[in-house]
Amino acid sequence: MNLEAHLRTRREAGQKLLVPYVTGGLGSAWLDVVRAVADAGADAIEIGIPFSDPVMDGRIIQEASRRAIEIGATPANIINDLAKVDIAVPLVVMTYYNPVQHFGHRRFAASLTASGIDGAIIPDLPLDELTGSLASNGGEPSWADAADEAGVETVLLAAPTTPDARLAAICARSRGFVYGVSLLGVTGERDKLSGGALEMGRRLKAATDKPVLLGVGLSTPEHAVEATSVADGVIIGSVLVRRLLEGGGPEQAGALVAAFRQGLDG
Amino acid sequence: MTPRVRGIPAETVSPARGQPVVLGPPGPEPEARGRFGEFGGRYVPETLIPALMDLEGAFRQAWSSDSFRGEFAALLTSYAGRPTPVTECHRLSERLGLRVLLKREDLTHTGSHKINNVLGQALLTRDMGKTAVIAETGAGQHGVATATAAALFGLRCKVFMGAVDVDRQARNVFRMRLLGAEVVPVQAGSATLKDAINEALRDWVATVEDTHYCIGSVVGPHPYPWMVREFQRVVGDEARAQCREILGGADPEYVVACVGGGSNAMGTFAGFLDTDARLVGVEAGGDGLESGRHGASIARGVPGVLHGARSYYLQDEHGQILEAHSISAGLDYPGTGPEHAALAAAGRATYAHATDTQALEGFKLLSATEGIVPALEPAHALGWLAAEAGRAVPAGSTVLVTLSGRGDKDASQVAELLGEPLE
Ligand SMILES: Cc1ncc(COP(=O)(O)O)c(C=O)c1O
Repeated sequence: MNLEAHLRTRREAGQKLLVPYVTGGLGSAWLDVVRAVADAGADAIEIGIPFSDPVMDGRIIQEASRRAIEIGATPANIINDLAKVDIAVPLVVMTYYNPVQHFGHRRFAASLTASGIDGAIIPDLPLDELTGSLASNGGEPSWADAADEAGVETVLLAAPTTPDARLAAICARSRGFVYGVSLLGVTGERDKLSGGALEMGRRLKAATDKPVLLGVGLSTPEHAVEATSVADGVIIGSVLVRRLLEGGGPEQAGALVAAFRQGLDG
Repeated sequence: MTPRVRGIPAETVSPARGQPVVLGPPGPEPEARGRFGEFGGRYVPETLIPALMDLEGAFRQAWSSDSFRGEFAALLTSYAGRPTPVTECHRLSERLGLRVLLKREDLTHTGSHKINNVLGQALLTRDMGKTAVIAETGAGQHGVATATAAALFGLRCKVFMGAVDVDRQARNVFRMRLLGAEVVPVQAGSATLKDAINEALRDWVATVEDTHYCIGSVVGPHPYPWMVREFQRVVGDEARAQCREILGGADPEYVVACVGGGSNAMGTFAGFLDTDARLVGVEAGGDGLESGRHGASIARGVPGVLHGARSYYLQDEHGQILEAHSISAGLDYPGTGPEHAALAAAGRATYAHATDTQALEGFKLLSATEGIVPALEPAHALGWLAAEAGRAVPAGSTVLVTLSGRGDKDASQVAELLGEPLE
């Protein structure tokens, strides 16, 4: 499936986009969680491939990553397992660059495609490193080239600190959608939608026609509704993962996503 | 009468204490995109990229400006107590069958080389108009140095420290608080230096607009490895001139320093890269490399990306970073700065290791033979030298060792390890 085409179609149909995040390998029922989240109205699903040192993540996703690794989650297992999930929405992995480069750019991209995964988000691989090739990498192309060759859409992040010219370059290079970081900070639940979220959304909407999703810190359906007054959609992570850490399963995850769906559908 | 160490007329050793620091010329910049060969780079979340670009520009400009360099040199002189001497170690030399010289960073204000870098970054923080600094710390020396500079410049200061290190370096925790810093214990992961850096980066993502992240070693995203090396190169530049004075115009045959992130080693090596000296970095061997419990990232790591830079890191077959293990909090890090990775790959420097036991031997040896109690970190360099004297380091060689810090901070930990707890 093409992530960007899929999201555009839904946007054109008047739908606000909802992309929940699920930590891969977190508990034996995690694939059922993914299915439940799809059934509850997600427009795409982000699958976290846990890394030992997740610097863009707050406590909840750190803890989920730690637990998943502890019970044996590996990048290869998670990617292979996702091949078994037959759902009608695109899948995007979110991980850090070290596991990707450790796999090898080509191999990682190929394994995503083989499992029917459409996109990748690598928050510590910013624009400037994305296209850089590694001279000594045995002829390995840059991640951008490897992903393009394999048809993996690499979603780039834009931040409130990003100046306008750079924002335009990020939008141009991003595939699938553009991920607007709604606040200055890492993932985690917040009481309020950050004051900068709408500004981030507006700047991105002015810069690109690609789908614009806001993420990081969005914690309630009300936040999502407010954010989509300017952006095309939202990404929700910690609010969902916390329920999984607290013992929730597919049912609780589905109910939470359904509540966001309902809020967004008005 | 001027007291004389056997054979060295004190008045001819230069640069000498009491004279102003004269900085040598700036060293080379990394290649495009912050590269040292295939290492380095800027692998951090987008939120931080603009701040790193600003920092790079501010540092490049400052480092070529006479007024910044003058102010930095003046602080190194009047505040840090530089130049530090090179001391010839007669009794240790006799014991090892070598000629051993020590670069005395232990004599700086706050007791380690960390102060050099921190004063440079504090000046930059002020020039960039930021009002707060954050730092990570392992042994606490960089935290103390940062808290010190923050007090001096009137900056708010928060220091992230692994909870394990908070326990084993309690004295430095107290010092930081006394200096007005907030110390944040980090429980995540192995609760040591790596995790403190993670937490500092997370904090910086939220505070970047008014806060400078004062990284304590030649690690992290571009421009840190370059900038910290430049702020530390005064160690190597001074030592080179001082060694030539002592050695009748010659350079030492070996230049040895311990490597955690690698700032004291890189600062030292910077002064000797264009000499024939063999450069040796000594990593933490922990319980021995075979045990898997160590911090020898160049010996046992593979290329990867952590904390913003491509370098050698200890990691498992899936690319998860492994915990390091060392008796010394300052070397308890599963990676090494990218310029060291490049020097290792190019064969210009070699990287050895000393086990916890060898480090303790080095600690006791220098204390007993020279009346100088080293920090546990440089005790690794001394422990390696003691083990290799007459073997990898041929008898009669002249060797410069950077004594990156003094051992006061480690006294209670070592007392316990030696079975003589202080209380
Ligand atoms: C005295 C001393 N030496 C060395 C180190 C290790 O750091 P680096 O490798 O950056 O010199 C530390 C770090 O805390 C230290 O306190």
